[in-house]
Amino acid sequence: MLSSVTLTHYLIVSGILFSLGIFGVVTRRNAILVLMGIELILNAANINFVVFSRYGGFNPDGQMVAVFVIILAAAEAAVALAIVLNIYQRFNTVNVDDISRMKE
Amino acid sequence: MSLYDYTFYAFAFITLVSAGIVVFSKNIMYAAFSLLFTFFGVAGIYVLLNADFLAVTQLLVYVGGILVLLLFGVMLTNKVVDVDMKTSTLQTIPAAIIVGLTAGTLCGIFYISDWKTASITSPPQSTIKTIGEMMMTSYLLPFEIASVILLVALIGAAILARKEKQGAN
Repeated sequence: MLSSVTLTHYLIVSGILFSLGIFGVVTRRNAILVLMGIELILNAANINFVVFSRYGGFNPDGQMVAVFVIILAAAEAAVALAIVLNIYQRFNTVNVDDISRMKE
Repeated sequence: MSLYDYTFYAFAFITLVSAGIVVFSKNIMYAAFSLLFTFFGVAGIYVLLNADFLAVTQLLVYVGGILVLLLFGVMLTNKVVDVDMKTSTLQTIPAAIIVGLTAGTLCGIFYISDWKTASITSPPQSTIKTIGEMMMTSYLLPFEIASVILLVALIGAAILARKEKQGAN
C-alpha cells in the first residue's frame, strides 16, 4: 500500500519546528533557553537536509551534511555553555537583557 | 493510511508538542526535559527517512551530550534551592505575530511548490557503509576540519569555564 506521507509533510513539520525555535530565541530572557531555541532551529534544518536526501533518490550527500551539522552543534553547545557559566560567575545572572556590557 | 503514515504523525506530534513546551513553558526544568522528547521525535523522523546512522547519532550526541550539557547549565546557573526556576518572556505579542507570519509563509511555500521527487527505487539496506566510505573519500577534508574544530572547541570551552586564578588579571 502506497504511503500518503510525502515530502511536503516533512517540510511542514520542519518549518513549524524552525518557527518555534525562532520564537524561543526571540522571546526568552534566560540565555540557556535561547540556546535550546537554537538547537530546535538546527534540528529543523537537519530534517530538511535528510528529507531532500531521501526524496532526491536516496542521495547520501544530505545525510553527510546533517552529520557535520550535528558535529558543529555539539561544539557550539559546549563553547556557548562555557561562556554562559562565565557570565553567571561575573554578573550573577543569565538574563540576556541585563548583560549589555562586555566588561564590568 | 498505512502504518508508515501513523508512525510519521505520531513522531511529528511528539516533536512539535514537546518543542512547543520547550518554547512556552515557564519552568526551565520542564523545558529542558521536553527538549529530550523533541530530540527523540526527530530521531524517529530520521528512522522513517531511511537515515538510521543519523538517528543513532542524534540520540548519542543530542540526548547523551548536548542535553546533559544544557541540564548542567540549568543546574549551575539557577538557585535550585530558591525555587527560582521560573523565567520570564518579553515582547511575546510582536514576536508571535512575526513568527506566525514566518511559519505561514514557509508552510505555504512548501505546500504550493511543485516538488520534483525522484522515482523511489528499492531503498538501500543501511546507510552506515555508504556514509563511512564517503567520509573517507569525497568528504575527507570536511571530516578532518570537523575533528580540528572539535578539538579547538574542547580546549576553548575548558579554558573559558575554569575558575580564574587569584591575581591572574
